[in-house]
Amino acid sequence: MNHYEAVFILNPVLSDDQVKETVKKFEDYLSKKGSEIISTEHWGLKKFAYPIQNKQSGFYNLIDFKAPPTIIDSFEVELRRDERIMRYLNVKLDKYADAWSVKRRERNTKKA
Amino acid sequence: MSSIDQAGKANQGEIRYLTPLDIATKSNKKYCRFKRSGIKYIDYKDPDFLLKFINEQGKILPRRLTGTSLKFQRKISVAVKRARHLALLPYQADMLK
Repeated sequence: MNHYEAVFILNPVLSDDQVKETVKKFEDYLSKKGSEIISTEHWGLKKFAYPIQNKQSGFYNLIDFKAPPTIIDSFEVELRRDERIMRYLNVKLDKYADAWSVKRRERNTKKA
Repeated sequence: MSSIDQAGKANQGEIRYLTPLDIATKSNKKYCRFKRSGIKYIDYKDPDFLLKFINEQGKILPRRLTGTSLKFQRKISVAVKRARHLALLPYQADMLK
């Protein structure tokens, strides 16, 4: 099991419910494939630094999960296949990033 | 203009260049801020922090300007590129700062 982090940008034309539904879909997909979701973050509608698909903003979402490395490929295919996803980035976290993600989560929970 | 005057000037000039100039040519020594403050991981999700390492056009600043050690310069470059992919930072810009 490795620690991964997935950030993806959803189309801004979606409604809140559709956004939630999409995030739920990928969470379910991950847990079905035997991974353990540590946390999720919704950054909300954010402005882009440059236009993507002629759009100026999008919904950012982050999923922190532990997964066996074999499922990442199929997860990325799933992300690419979904039309609502404009961009995604999957990153494997090393030990320093791992420590940072814990710290970041603590800080976020304190704020909330 | 008399020749004595000229000789005097030349003399002065010589003295001036024989004694070392006390112009501050070097400012404070640069240092790697990651090593000094013990930062181990550079987060690509924090564009405000990465802004310190790019110039007004959105290019990554060289090590010789920021003083970052090679180890962390590599990490910066990866982090900036990831942030660009997610549209947190621009690929190219004008008057970014």
